[in-house]
Amino acid sequence: MNKKFFLKSVLALTATGVLGSSLFAEGLLNVSYDPTRELYVEFNKAFAKHWKDTTGKDVTIDQSHGGSGKQARAVIDGLEADVVTLALANDVNAIADKAGLLPTDWQKRLPNNSAPYTSTIVFIVRAGNPKGIKDWDDLIKDGVSVITPNPKTSGGAQWNYLAAWEFAKRKFGSDDKAKEFVKKLYKNVPVLDSGARASTNTFVQRELGDVFISWENEAFLVQKEFGATKYQTIVPSLSILAEPSVAVVDKIVDKKGTRAVAEAYLKYLYSDEGQDIAGKNFYRPRSEKAAAKYGATFPKLNLFTIDEAFGGWVKAAKTHFADGGTFDEIYTPAK
Amino acid sequence: MPRTRHVLPGFRLSLGYTITYLSIIVLAPFAALAWKSSKGGVEIFTSTLTDKRVLASLELSFTTSFYAALVCGFFGVLTAWALERYSFPGRRILDAMVDLPFALPTAVAGIALCTLYAPNGWLGKILSPGGLKNLYVSWVETPNQWLVNLLEPIGFKAAYSSTGITIALIFIGFPFVVRTVQPIIQGLSLEVEEAAACLGANRWQTFWRVIFPTILPGTLAGMTLAFGRAVGEYGSVVFISGNMPFKTEIAPLLIVSRLEQYNYNGAAALGFILLVISFLILLFSNLLQAWNNKRTAR
Repeated sequence: MNKKFFLKSVLALTATGVLGSSLFAEGLLNVSYDPTRELYVEFNKAFAKHWKDTTGKDVTIDQSHGGSGKQARAVIDGLEADVVTLALANDVNAIADKAGLLPTDWQKRLPNNSAPYTSTIVFIVRAGNPKGIKDWDDLIKDGVSVITPNPKTSGGAQWNYLAAWEFAKRKFGSDDKAKEFVKKLYKNVPVLDSGARASTNTFVQRELGDVFISWENEAFLVQKEFGATKYQTIVPSLSILAEPSVAVVDKIVDKKGTRAVAEAYLKYLYSDEGQDIAGKNFYRPRSEKAAAKYGATFPKLNLFTIDEAFGGWVKAAKTHFADGGTFDEIYTPAK
Repeated sequence: MPRTRHVLPGFRLSLGYTITYLSIIVLAPFAALAWKSSKGGVEIFTSTLTDKRVLASLELSFTTSFYAALVCGFFGVLTAWALERYSFPGRRILDAMVDLPFALPTAVAGIALCTLYAPNGWLGKILSPGGLKNLYVSWVETPNQWLVNLLEPIGFKAAYSSTGITIALIFIGFPFVVRTVQPIIQGLSLEVEEAAACLGANRWQTFWRVIFPTILPGTLAGMTLAFGRAVGEYGSVVFISGNMPFKTEIAPLLIVSRLEQYNYNGAAALGFILLVISFLILLFSNLLQAWNNKRTAR
């Protein structure tokens, strides 16, 4: 009797599973990271209209947001994402390597390294800039308290770490000096939050820290939310070109039969309208037209890419953030 | 052969159901954890256990959980006693509120606690060094210099320290003790206390010789539950702990950071180690209780 009951419940569970997945069958699921929420709400509306105009078909797009690494893991573990729009190429690499859901050369399939918009890392300081922060070397001074998340748990924080590293390497000439610099910088970090939004909270709500190392688009959002009376943005002399990656997840779209619409969706990010929406939401657009339009918004600064400075994400992650990497070393007490 | 009759019908059905249910809900995840961590081989365990940072986090997790369980034990019994033995306005509301830490999403609890205990929070402001002095100076018109000097050094860092972690763990562990002790106190009839008094016991003796031995097993059980929950707690702790390596980094955070680097085997290995240590501690505590029961039963 209990066997029957067991079978019935298994059947019931499977049935709900099938129903659940069929709900998404007519649309796209875009698995993205935290700060792109506002960007994709606007872009999805624009794309749905464009798709209706060109093909006459309806499309609904579901969004999922969270920490970039967490989102990538969800896709690896079976979340059926048609497209992923994540914070770093390394997270898409992980989906390609660990689950084989897309080819490892995915980055070559779309223009600009598969990054339709870019961002960078800037500093947010308290109004009036009481500690006189101007550049990365001000962050290692005594008495300056710096807020940045833990690069082991936050993708955004890895950009921060690498930007500081490269600045020091160029200024002082070697990787050893850079490590020393980064070590000093992290001595000034009182709290290592697990994610970027938690760090924003620490800086804004807890009023901890003099400088907050942040995504440029987050800096704009903080300004928009609180106005220039409380915070101001400081642009360092050198920073990293953050290239949030987008990719179609091949195995999923082939299974669901959504390849055409998924590819069109990502291509549309490169269109005039897509680029304009990116600029409006404080991401640096790639197209010259949109870049010219929003030129006044984004300060010009010296940017380097991760490929130039660190030989790509795979290498950078291995040297700096894997267990036993430089980040672990700077926290290991001298014996 | 005559079949054994049970008082309650459906013994086979319920036993079958229990075993199936336990296997799916409890055993399967444990087996998956063990299987996943075994894929890394022996090296992954040795490298995990020799990593100083892992050891520091394990020590922190277990000591803070232990202190939290102790505090929960004391105040949990007190609360359960007050709720059961006294009637006062708002008792029912208070009784319902005990369960709130169960119901509240842990991240919400973590952010709320952090807001309270951070250096700029209501409580954190007072608790931080010099906080009491500032409070005193702002309340009195002409502060007494001697008292100011006395209060000046008092205070400690609440949030972003192991104290903060313990506070969060007390918060989430508290209901376990109250809810396990409450029914025992309810069942402890007043006549027992009266009998003790009639036989010449004073208040202290009544408590120590009569009440305490009765509620002790329940209290220990509640504390064990609180401890077990605390060791694995992540959501409410990460906000208040500050997550500094070697100082305020709890073991579950290291598991998450390994996952974040797609080091599934490493994360599973650390999870497994955490599980084994917890199991040994719980086993020890159960044995201790069994021994105590035997000893007191006489």
